[in-house]
Amino acid sequence: MCLGIPARIIKIEGDRAEVEAGGIIQTALLTLLPDVQVGDYVILHAGFAIQKIDEQEALETLRLLESLN
Amino acid sequence: MKWLDEFRKRELAEKLLPKIEELAREPVNIMDVCGTHTVAIFRHGIKDMLPANITLLSGPGCPVCVTPPSEIDKAIVLSRQPGVLLVTFGDMMRVPGNFSRLENERARGAQIKVVYSVQEALNLAMKYPLLKVVFLAIGFETTSPTVASVIMEAYRQNILNLFFLNAHKLIPPAMGALLDSKEINIHGFLCPGHVSTIIGSRPYEFIPQDYGIPCVISGFEPLDILQSIYLLLKQRTEGEAKVEIQYQRCVKPEGNIVAQQVLQEVFEIDGSFWRGLGYIPRSGLKLREKYAHLDVERVFDLDSLLPKEIPQDVREETAGCLCGEILRGTESPPQCPLFATTCTPYHPVGACMVSSEGTCATYYKYHYKVITSPRKRGE
Repeated sequence: MCLGIPARIIKIEGDRAEVEAGGIIQTALLTLLPDVQVGDYVILHAGFAIQKIDEQEALETLRLLESLN
Repeated sequence: MKWLDEFRKRELAEKLLPKIEELAREPVNIMDVCGTHTVAIFRHGIKDMLPANITLLSGPGCPVCVTPPSEIDKAIVLSRQPGVLLVTFGDMMRVPGNFSRLENERARGAQIKVVYSVQEALNLAMKYPLLKVVFLAIGFETTSPTVASVIMEAYRQNILNLFFLNAHKLIPPAMGALLDSKEINIHGFLCPGHVSTIIGSRPYEFIPQDYGIPCVISGFEPLDILQSIYLLLKQRTEGEAKVEIQYQRCVKPEGNIVAQQVLQEVFEIDGSFWRGLGYIPRSGLKLREKYAHLDVERVFDLDSLLPKEIPQDVREETAGCLCGEILRGTESPPQCPLFATTCTPYHPVGACMVSSEGTCATYYKYHYKVITSPRKRGE
């Protein structure tokens, strides 16, 4: 399953992070994504953060869709 | 919820749909190879929004569904061994093997634990040093790096009672096998967004290059899927074929390098059997020699444990099951004689109905017309 949800990093302790998604706080492992900071949004899959969500790219996609006439 | 709701805005869908209609001048088949895409397409009513010219097909995108019965058999015989704790993702519990299912084994007293993350298998092995903890490792490229990283950790910590029954598969080779079979015309692929966060866009390049078929790496929200369909049609109309990333907020062309390195360190590529598709070369993962002591197939003699024959009653129950055809996209669930009659989510016969992301389970849940209208003979 590709089930992955966007989650916000609220605390980092070594290779673990506390993340928040939809009001629920969980632990996520950062072994596959070592370069993150508190406040970053990541995709959470099976207890691991697998990729960062790039805010600029997200906004750019939305901008592109808005500009369709 | 942030980074979900924004991609569900109705008014943006209403801008995309006329653009899609403009480009859908002839019948096209677009296939997704991700269970999560199949569910999202149904859940958000996307098929009903699209012009009739566009057919959305579901391919072998559910790792639970494509796991062959023989892997379940191995998990079952292991769970019957004294001192073994079998650990698995939840969906595998009801998948049919050749003679039983894990949920039946648990009911008969086997020690089987369902987990959400492979990390829990490591925790259990550390907590119960006298048990042999065996993890049934299923999943595509989104999941296999998580398993690889836990294997590395078990190696580092010299954990001697944790083993892996490895059934990981790779999606791009299956896409190639589908195209080679020529069973259906595929005019474009929706590529799996989260697999692609790991592998990037390069592994799909052979599809436009060797087959001339457009690929778009798509996110999972309705606007992502609609925009991806639009981009596929645009490529087709302009006579182009390339790999495009629609899901740019999460997918980089190079993917996740750390995850790829972890995979490379632990696994090597091997041939693999897929339910419905048969043997596909270089489509699975095998543990490297360095980690052989963690590979349950190299540590246990599974052949001596497996039964020699499939019971007659099991073969009769599954007769008529079209999971194979459904996974290849050549038939759809309503065409299966068992669908919504003897095979339902409450009593699933085939793997496609068991998994929450299986094509049959998704049709059953969302495609209300099939359930409420009487089905004519041969329909």
